[in-house]
Amino acid sequence: MADATMQVFRGDRSGGQTVEYKVPMVPGMVVLDALHYIQGHLAPDLAVRWNCKAGKCGSCSAEVNGRPRLTCKTRMDALPLNEPIVVLPMQTFPVIKDLVTDVSWNYQVNKTIPPFQPKPGAEWKFYQEDVDRVQEFRKCIECFLCQNVCHVLRDHGEQPRFGGPRFFVRVAGLEMHPLDGVSRAKVLKEQLGIGLCNITKCCTEVCPEDIHITDNAIIPLKERVVDEYYDPLTWLVRKIRGAAEK
Amino acid sequence: MNDRFETHEHDVLVIGAGGAGLRAAIEALAQGGSVGVVSKSLLGKAHTVMAEGGIAAAMANVDSQDNWRTHFRDTMRGGKMLNNWRMAQLHAQEAPDRVRELEQWGALFDRTQDGQILQRAFGGHTFRRLCHVGDRTGLEMIRTLQDRGVNLGFDVYMECTVLRLLTDGARCAGAVAYWRETGRFVVFRAKSVVMATGGIGKVYSITSNSWEYTGDGMAQAYEAGAELMDMEFVQFHPTGMVWPPGVQGILVTEAVRGEGGILRNKTGERFMERYDPKRMELSTRDVVARSIYTEVKEGRGTEHGGALLDISHKPAEYVKKKLPSMYHQFKELADVDITTGPMEVGPTCHYVMGGIRVEAETAQSKLPGLFAAGEVAAGLHGANRLGGNSLSDLLVFGRRAGAAAAQHAKEVSAPRVDDGQIEQAESEALRPFQTHGGDNPYAIHHDLQKMMQSLVGIFRVRDDLQKALGELQRLKDRLSHVSVEGSRMFNPGWHLAMDMKSMLTVSEAVARSAMVREESRGAHSRIDFPELSAEWGKKNNIIWSRGTEMGLRQEVLSEMPAELKQLLAEEK
Repeated sequence: MADATMQVFRGDRSGGQTVEYKVPMVPGMVVLDALHYIQGHLAPDLAVRWNCKAGKCGSCSAEVNGRPRLTCKTRMDALPLNEPIVVLPMQTFPVIKDLVTDVSWNYQVNKTIPPFQPKPGAEWKFYQEDVDRVQEFRKCIECFLCQNVCHVLRDHGEQPRFGGPRFFVRVAGLEMHPLDGVSRAKVLKEQLGIGLCNITKCCTEVCPEDIHITDNAIIPLKERVVDEYYDPLTWLVRKIRGAAEK
Repeated sequence: MNDRFETHEHDVLVIGAGGAGLRAAIEALAQGGSVGVVSKSLLGKAHTVMAEGGIAAAMANVDSQDNWRTHFRDTMRGGKMLNNWRMAQLHAQEAPDRVRELEQWGALFDRTQDGQILQRAFGGHTFRRLCHVGDRTGLEMIRTLQDRGVNLGFDVYMECTVLRLLTDGARCAGAVAYWRETGRFVVFRAKSVVMATGGIGKVYSITSNSWEYTGDGMAQAYEAGAELMDMEFVQFHPTGMVWPPGVQGILVTEAVRGEGGILRNKTGERFMERYDPKRMELSTRDVVARSIYTEVKEGRGTEHGGALLDISHKPAEYVKKKLPSMYHQFKELADVDITTGPMEVGPTCHYVMGGIRVEAETAQSKLPGLFAAGEVAAGLHGANRLGGNSLSDLLVFGRRAGAAAAQHAKEVSAPRVDDGQIEQAESEALRPFQTHGGDNPYAIHHDLQKMMQSLVGIFRVRDDLQKALGELQRLKDRLSHVSVEGSRMFNPGWHLAMDMKSMLTVSEAVARSAMVREESRGAHSRIDFPELSAEWGKKNNIIWSRGTEMGLRQEVLSEMPAELKQLLAEEK
């Protein structure tokens, strides 16, 4: 098989540029294999994050020919090989080195989310149909590709007041847990800024786990916030019920 | 104390943020005191996310006859009776509570018709016992533990790699590490250390394990004075992907067989009938791996040297629902639709039963203040691990290690940390930058993997093992002249050069232990000694450091109480 030409970003916080490498093609090869070949033979200090190499850990996110992808699941033979394959780090996060970016902001946002707390006196009995929907959210492998493409973060830099799709998925997983007893509407509205999302569905398109982020997580959560804050009757009922439960 | 280095102090330092490390940290936090967790990767990326099939726990939700006694018996029989019986007992007794606890922390398992946690069949388990979430149980577990720990407030040091343990006389005093991002060194002073670094699979070329699995915890504990045990027992999972080459070794979950998958050779024969007619595809992993290997070796393998695993007789929707990641993995990486055709599979290095020798109740090693849990520890699984017993191991012994480490920290004074040890670690770590014209770490790693795969693999023989020990010596010499390019900033070549030291230590421990065990038991198969030996069935191999040399001796298994012996004698 022929060689593939890779153009890989090399640089750090102070800047950088793509560098070209020739990589021999092997059947079934994925972009991460090509990056490993470069490390082993051409540039031993090429910085790349990866772990499982099986699409389960969400470490190896990058932008391949302009598309945000898991490099371990991006087949080389699915890309046009008559032109260079361009691999850049995720653009929404500050680069640390080469393809490794500083994703620590995500871990900060995660800390602000109130954890699962069972309803008082919860009985640990519930059915598959109760969990089907929530299990979808719990498939998330935290690759942060949705955060990377979300224009509220990428183009408008709203990190200080917007949590991003990953954390709406996480909140949806908690809120729709059949035994959860906490409301996160306030956090969604005030800290995570869910109102800033104008449902362009870019996040859903790039999700390697096929989570319907916009339709199944964000829209229902937006509705919850609306119910809680703007529907006077529901607001009153929740207030009373909430007080009764305490 | 040297102020040249960034220093952190904790009552309990946990090294490794997989299932065992996180469970240990949660327990230590619950007992009060400060807890630090050091992780080579980002939080939530640990190898535990790769665990697919489930958590074995005798909850009896599906098969009401199940109980801890049967789980204990299955574990001991699966381990060919070399297990630490007390660990096997504690594990079987405590696993159900550990699973319920996960559920109460927010984990969402698949459900039975009557609203309980669903359990599936797995190799070597008498009853349907594996609590699961489709084929992504490990991810569910790690997220649940991660969120619990973050909420309780442990300090996590992400992308930070430990280089060595620190000792204060004959006790553990902390660790020296480096930040992967900057290459700067960092010192952790701790009254107790819990090792939870996982296994050694990266010493083989065909492996389901990630770059992290370089045996650091075992090698560092060994250097600091702890003992290793049962290192000859390396589990080759029967079903890894074999084609295309880029995906070779990636795991195909045992849940495929648990859900009814059938193994055939290229002639279409269901060959497990010849190897284990009673348990067939759900025989133990050692047996299935050897059977596939033998089929291929005797010319009945597929085009790419594997066997065929078929689940396509089940309804397509069922397969997609119960095995979603397998469906996508094959579709995307191998152009195979597993709902309509078979998968090509072959053995892949998956797990090591051996590791740091610990006390059953406390998970403490021979070095006071050093605890170990999960894959890095030895004892529970004996000569072969049953599928599903790993996740339960992480929970049961992670909790025990965390509790004992916190208790120990309350009882001892703050250790003294010796600058000499820190400086030695620093100068050793920086040496590859000062060595010019030496070997490339990737080349040394590649040669180690190839050698271990061919000489210390599924079937072993004395001459090969002898040769392997010679090769290991040559690789050590090469590593002493390794040189790396670039700066200390996020430099994978340099990181690999440091991991190589651990890989060579654990490889030597595997080869030495394999050489002296002149029998075939569980995952250890000797062509020159194909039978079980009653004599070897009573002994564990123990490895310890004699300074510059590796010591090896045998210790007799401890006597099992009569009631447990009785359980094992029962025919079932």
